[in-house]
Amino acid sequence: MKLTVNGTDYEVDADPEMPLLWVLRDILNIKGPKFGCGVAACGSCTVLIDGFPVRSCSQAVADTEGAITTIEGLEHNGNLHPVQEAWMRHAVPQCGYCQSGQILAAVALLDETPDPTDEDIDNAMTNLCRCGTYPMIKAAIKDAAKAQGA
Amino acid sequence: MSKLGKITRRSFLGFAALAAGGVAIGYYFYQKPHANPLDARKAEGDAVFNPYVTISKEGEITIITPRAEMGQGTQTTLAALVAEELEVSLDQIKVEHGPASAAYYNSAMFMEGGPFAAFDTSLLAESARETMGVAAKFLGVQVTGGSSAMIDAFQKMREAGAAARTILVQAAAAQWDVAPEGLKAENGVITNPQSGESVSYAEVAATAAELTPPSDIKLKSPRDWKLLGKSQPRVELREKVTGAPIYGIDVELPEMLYATVRMSPRFGANVKTHDPAPALQIRGVEKVIPLSSRYGHGLAVIATNTWAAFKGADAIKVVWEEAEYPADTEGMRRRFMAALNQDASFSLGGSGDPKGVLSQTPEDRHLEVTYEVPFLAHATMEPMNATAQWRGETLEIWCPNQTPTMVRHVCASHFGIGGENIIVNTTHLGGGFGRRLEVDYALYAAIVAKETDGRPVKVTWTREEDTRHDAYRPMAVARYRGALTEQGNLSAVDVDVAVPPLFKKVVGRLFPDVPLAGPDKLLLEGAYDQPTTIENRRYAAHEVDLPIPIGFWRSVGNSYNGFFHESFIDEAAHKAGKDPLAFRLTMMNDEEHAPAKGVLRKVAEISEWGSPLSEGKGRGIAHTISFGTWVAQVVQVDVSDGYLTIEKVWCVADPGIVLDPANFKAQLISGAIFGLSQALGQEITFSNGEVEQSNFYDFDAMRMHQTPAFHIELLENSPHMGGAGEPGTPPAPAALANAIFAATGKRIRTMPLSKEIDFT
Repeated sequence: MKLTVNGTDYEVDADPEMPLLWVLRDILNIKGPKFGCGVAACGSCTVLIDGFPVRSCSQAVADTEGAITTIEGLEHNGNLHPVQEAWMRHAVPQCGYCQSGQILAAVALLDETPDPTDEDIDNAMTNLCRCGTYPMIKAAIKDAAKAQGA
Repeated sequence: MSKLGKITRRSFLGFAALAAGGVAIGYYFYQKPHANPLDARKAEGDAVFNPYVTISKEGEITIITPRAEMGQGTQTTLAALVAEELEVSLDQIKVEHGPASAAYYNSAMFMEGGPFAAFDTSLLAESARETMGVAAKFLGVQVTGGSSAMIDAFQKMREAGAAARTILVQAAAAQWDVAPEGLKAENGVITNPQSGESVSYAEVAATAAELTPPSDIKLKSPRDWKLLGKSQPRVELREKVTGAPIYGIDVELPEMLYATVRMSPRFGANVKTHDPAPALQIRGVEKVIPLSSRYGHGLAVIATNTWAAFKGADAIKVVWEEAEYPADTEGMRRRFMAALNQDASFSLGGSGDPKGVLSQTPEDRHLEVTYEVPFLAHATMEPMNATAQWRGETLEIWCPNQTPTMVRHVCASHFGIGGENIIVNTTHLGGGFGRRLEVDYALYAAIVAKETDGRPVKVTWTREEDTRHDAYRPMAVARYRGALTEQGNLSAVDVDVAVPPLFKKVVGRLFPDVPLAGPDKLLLEGAYDQPTTIENRRYAAHEVDLPIPIGFWRSVGNSYNGFFHESFIDEAAHKAGKDPLAFRLTMMNDEEHAPAKGVLRKVAEISEWGSPLSEGKGRGIAHTISFGTWVAQVVQVDVSDGYLTIEKVWCVADPGIVLDPANFKAQLISGAIFGLSQALGQEITFSNGEVEQSNFYDFDAMRMHQTPAFHIELLENSPHMGGAGEPGTPPAPAALANAIFAATGKRIRTMPLSKEIDFT
C-alpha cells in the first residue's frame, strides 16, 4: 500500500484492516497522532486527509486515499503554523495529549471558515480534552483567525 | 518501637502509619541526607551541585524537577523556584524529571495526611505535621499528588538554587582573588563590578562543585523575585504544540515488541478457561501469556504492533471466574445503605450535642436528606501503558507515572529483587488525576517483558481495558440531618457518610504487610475540616466492605463530601428562607475563617450575586477549602429552552501565595471542568460483576459546546500556602446543583445530575 504523509511517499506492508493511526505510529514512527479511544470518540488521533479532519483510529489503512498531514507536517521551513503560534501565545496545552488533534481540527476549521463564530467553534471542535483547556482553545482559534487576516 | 511509631500508630491513620509499620528510626539517620542520585549517573566533566542542579562540561545547566508533569505545569514552576535563586532565566536551562530516588521524597503531601483541617494550627495538629514530615523522609516516597508539589518544594528547591549560586560565586571570587560579597550573579554570569571582569557559570562550574555550600542559606525577599509570582511560559510548550514524542505511549526502543492486556472484568476473579488459538492466527501476534499479580488476573498478548495485540486480545476465547461481591450496582447500594444504618466506624471534628439538639427541635425546623455519588473512572486521555525491558537481573521501565519510587517498590517486591536493580524512567503524562498513583500498568509491563527474551516491550491498554480496570473514585452515600433555630440559623448538623475505606485500600495494595489503624480521614475530608462555627456538629464515617478497587481521584474525599456538604448548606439556607451567601457568612465566625469569607465576598462581587436574572436562569454558590486552598465558586445556568446550559462560572481562590498566576488560573478552570464533567453523565455501574461502561461514548466528559465562560480571581490573604491542581474541583458540582435549584426549584441529590435533568 502507498501512503503520502507530510509530503513523503511510503510503501507500507500491513494488515489492510489496520487503522491508519497504528500504521503511522507503530510502522512509520510518526507519533504526533495519539491513541485515545479507538472508536472515533475523542479525536486525539485526528489527522488531515486532503485538508479534512479524519479520526485515524477508525480509518482502515487500505481505505485511505489522499495526502495525509499530521501535526509533524504543519511546520514550514522551521516556522510553526499560525494555529500552533496561537496555541503557544495562549499557553493552551496542559497535559497536551489531545492537542495534536485539537490543533489539526482547528487548522481544518479555519481553512473552511476563516473567521469562525463561537457557534462555528462549538460545532467544529468536538475533540475531547480531559484537562479542560477549551476556553484557551477557543481564544487561540480566534486569535489565529485574526493573525491569518480574517 | 520509637516514640514516632507509637504516636502515629496510636493516634491516626496517615502516610506516617507506614513508617510505624517497622522502620527503625534514629535521630542520626534523620539528619543524614539521602544520597544524591545524580552522582551515580553523571557524565565525565559534569558538575553536580545537589539533587536539583547540574552543569555539564559543555555548559548546559540542567534543573531536575522531580514531580510528574501531567498538565498542571509543575515542572515550569519547580524550575522557576531553582532558577530564581540560581539567577538564570528559564530559557537558559534544561528541565528534566530525573531518576527515581528517595532524595526526592515529598514531605508536604505526608504532612497533611493527619485528620486536621488545613487551618488548624493547634499544638496537636502542628506536632502531627512535624511527625509526618519526618516519616516522609524515612519512607522516601517520590510522589506527585495531593496538590503538594509547590508546598513541598517552596523552601528546598529555592535553597538548592541559592546553594549552587553561592558556591559558583565563591569559585569566581577565588579565581579573581576577591571577596565573594562584592560580586554579582545574573543570567548565568558572574561579574565583578569593580574590575568589570565576568565569567560564565559554565567556566567555574567544575571548581565550584567541589566547594561546600554554607549551611545557612539566605533566600531572596519576594519583593526581589524576577520569575516567581509572575506567569511563565511552560518549559514544554513547544513540544506539546508540535506533537513531540514525550509521552509513555510514544516510547520507541530498538527491537521493541508491542503488547496489550486483557484482565478479568471481575475484580479479583481468575481465568477459568481460555483458548488462545484464535488470537495466535492473527498476523503479528506472537504469544498469549497468563498474567497474575496483586492487581488482578488475566492474559497478555505480545505482538509485532499494537493493533495486532488489540485484535489478538479481543479474539481470545475466555471464561472468567465469578465475582465475590454483589453482581450489580443495586446490590452494592444495599451494602452502602446497610453500613449507613449501622454504628459509625469513627467520627472526626465534632463538637456539642447535635443529636440532643435535633431531638429538641420541632420537626418543621428539621432537615434530613440523603445524597449519593457513583464510582468514577479517571479517564486520562493517554490510556495506561508502560514499556519494560529485562537485561539479566536488571529491569528498566519507561512509563508515565505519579510515583517512580512506588513503581520500583512494587516491581521489586513482585519479583523479589532489590530496588537497586530497577531503573525507572518517568515520561510526560497524558493526564494523571490520581490514576497514575497506581502502578499496575508498570508491573504488568515488567511481567510481560519476562517473556520477550530480553527485548523491550511496550504494553498499551485499550480504552475499554482502561475504563474497566481503574482504581475508581468510590461510590458514596451520605445522610445529612440539620436543625434550624427560630431565627433560621443552623444549630446542629449531623453527618453520616458511607464509603469504602479509601486510604486503607490504596496502601493495602502498595504495602500489603503494613498493619493500618485509626480513622481514614479521606472518608470525611471536605466536610469535617471546613470552616464552620455551627455549635453542634458530628461527622461520622461508615466504612463499607466492598472489594472494588478504589483510589485517589482529583480532590479525593473532597470530590464527594464537597458536593454533599455544600448542597446541604444551600438546602438549609433555602429552608431558613435566607440568601445562601449570607447564610454561609454567618456561620464562619472564627478568626481563621477569614480567607473563606474573603473568597465568598469576592466571588459574590464579581458574579453580581443577588442581582436579578431573567426567567429560566439561576445562580448557585459553594465553597470548599481543600489542599490548603480556599475556593468559592458561583455557577450560572439557563434552562429557558428546556435544556440545562451552564453559562458562566466565577471562581475565587486564596492559596496564600501564588507562584504563577496564569498557571494557577488554568488549574482552577481545569479543576472546575473536571468537577462539572461528573455531573454531565459520568458514572461507573456494575452488572454481572463487571463494569458496564467501556469508552468515551458511555463515560464522557465536558466538551467544547458545553463549556461555560470562566472568570477567575486570585487572592493572597491566607496565612498558609495551598495547592493548585485539585482545589478547583470540589465546589463545582455543588454550585451547579445549587444553581439548578435556583433556576428550577428542583433539588438533585444524586450524581450524575443528568439522570434528572437534560444538559445541552
